[in-house]
Amino acid sequence: MATVVVTGVGRYLGAHVAARLANDPRIDRVVGVDAVPPGGPGPSEFVRADLRTAEITRVIADARADTVVHLAIATSPEGHSGGRAGMKEQNVIGTMQVLAACQQVPTVRKVVVRSSTAAYGASFRDPAVFTEDTEPREVPRGGFAKDILDIEGYVRGFRRRRPSVQATVLRFAPFVGSPVDTALTRYFLQPVVPTVLGRDPRLQFVHIDDAQEVLHRSVVEDHPGTFNVAGPGVIMLSQAVRRAGRVAVPVVEFGLSGTAALAKSLGARGLSLDQVDLFVHGRVVDTTRLTKEYGYTPRSTPEAFCDFLRVHRLGAVLGRDRIAAAEQALLDGIRRVRSTVGGRDGAR
Amino acid sequence: MARVESPTRPRPVVAFDPSPAVSSNGHRPVAEEPDIWDRRVAGALAFLRRRLTGEYEVDEFGFDPELTDNVFIPLLRPLFRRYFRGEVSGVSNLPLSGPALLVANHSGTVPVDSAMLALAVHDEHPLQRHLRLLAADLVFRIPGLSELARKSGGTLACNPDAERLLGTGQLVGVFPEGFKGVGKRYWQRYQLQRFGRGGFVSAALRTETPIVPVAIVGAEEIYPLIGNIKPLARLLGTPYFPVTPTFPWLGPLGMLPLPSKWLIEFCEPIDTTGMADQADDPAVVFNLADQVRETIQQTLHGLLKRRPDPFE
Repeated sequence: MATVVVTGVGRYLGAHVAARLANDPRIDRVVGVDAVPPGGPGPSEFVRADLRTAEITRVIADARADTVVHLAIATSPEGHSGGRAGMKEQNVIGTMQVLAACQQVPTVRKVVVRSSTAAYGASFRDPAVFTEDTEPREVPRGGFAKDILDIEGYVRGFRRRRPSVQATVLRFAPFVGSPVDTALTRYFLQPVVPTVLGRDPRLQFVHIDDAQEVLHRSVVEDHPGTFNVAGPGVIMLSQAVRRAGRVAVPVVEFGLSGTAALAKSLGARGLSLDQVDLFVHGRVVDTTRLTKEYGYTPRSTPEAFCDFLRVHRLGAVLGRDRIAAAEQALLDGIRRVRSTVGGRDGAR
Repeated sequence: MARVESPTRPRPVVAFDPSPAVSSNGHRPVAEEPDIWDRRVAGALAFLRRRLTGEYEVDEFGFDPELTDNVFIPLLRPLFRRYFRGEVSGVSNLPLSGPALLVANHSGTVPVDSAMLALAVHDEHPLQRHLRLLAADLVFRIPGLSELARKSGGTLACNPDAERLLGTGQLVGVFPEGFKGVGKRYWQRYQLQRFGRGGFVSAALRTETPIVPVAIVGAEEIYPLIGNIKPLARLLGTPYFPVTPTFPWLGPLGMLPLPSKWLIEFCEPIDTTGMADQADDPAVVFNLADQVRETIQQTLHGLLKRRPDPFE
């Protein structure tokens, strides 16, 4: 009798999670909701609804859903009608509507909400590794991070009002591995990758398949609470650029006012302020709680990044083979020179 | 806890050694290998290739052991051994394995002493352990410096980071005086400044880690601080803008440290087993901090008697 409503099925993550759940025999019915229908695979049923309105209450009540998975969170204003204002409306108003619906419909027993590690912000005064209990020292800059703080605030309120409904909040690191174009893939697709001079941030990613697995488990198992979802380990930006076979070009960091200019010079369209902070200070989270509670460890950040390179088949500018060949040629050259010189010495 | 037997041990100065493990096991590759230079060139090229292709490991704090061992440490070694004629004693007080919190005095206008301490621990410890330094947030605000600090194993001086490092069995180094120590005037040399809130003590107590007090003599004389240009410091956002007998008068030449003689001594560790529940008791914390401070101060006096002339 398990019925799941998934929001945000018009996007890659929502569509794939809905499809996975629909294939799970433990789940009877999956209803996907979004303003646009899924492109590829998707849920068994689709309802077109505007999440910014109370329509969602009717959908959840009609389906007599016991679980609601809220994935309709936009990470960047790009490809979004209404730009940043539209993105904020979808993120904040959409979440309010979904949570209000879950509060009103008596059949709902569980809510799973997509959040982000952007909730921690990124600054030079932060500890190296964030645990779920770390409070950000400053309110993070940038639209997406502020939306995330608002979303988590609404979930806190919901938990207070409906303690009987389980709420799972998943703070995802940036996704890699999906064939979908994101600001991040475009960033690494540039032949010459701009970085910030004198900064080498520690980055962390989560593989999109692992993100789906964790979401799936959150639905079929019970894991109330807030969890960081990221690939253990880190990759430095310089290391990522080198592994991708790109050339890093450092640009000068400006003062606070110049951040927008910095975002522009970082080259990737749709890069928000919090992402600029990310490229300056980096962000690493602790995943001990996830591993303990779920009994599942996502593949490590270096592995996830490696898979990302494979999926996108980034043609390397500075290929590994070419560097290895250059190394061999240099070594041979030095050996030849030394043996000539050494031979002359011997003859003397 | 296991202790090291030989306190001091001469080490050859190696400019570039791609495989430190080979030279540290006491066996001399020079005699057997037909061509040591070929091996060195190949090693250096392989190192460059790994750097260029990003094939190296970094921990969650951003520590890059390969870069530290092959670049930073070989660069710092001649500075400590030849220029500062550094001598180290009491290495047997460092644990062979497992965590310890090294607490040292801070001085010298520019915190060169932290890098020298890390080098001394690495070179003198029989297992060549790395010292993970805790640094002020100012370090992580400055481009370039923040990158260097993380790659050489440093992180922000805050309790979550300290406890995380100690929890994974690392040697952690901290300078509780902070800028009060580095930025004190030359006539206050070897007088320990206040230790702040004693956050380092609560980190050690919470993780039940032994505290090893460390006394460093020599750093006070490298840049004798005689003045501070406050408006410039405010402009640059630094705690002080130093005036020394040579800086800023001689320009870049004034940035050269004076060649003082350095002595580093590791003191007896202070045991904290079974004290985890007292980590937030201010009486216990201040008591222990005072004990550490007193030990360092006494050891400094002892070392200064051994070295009457700073530039001998």
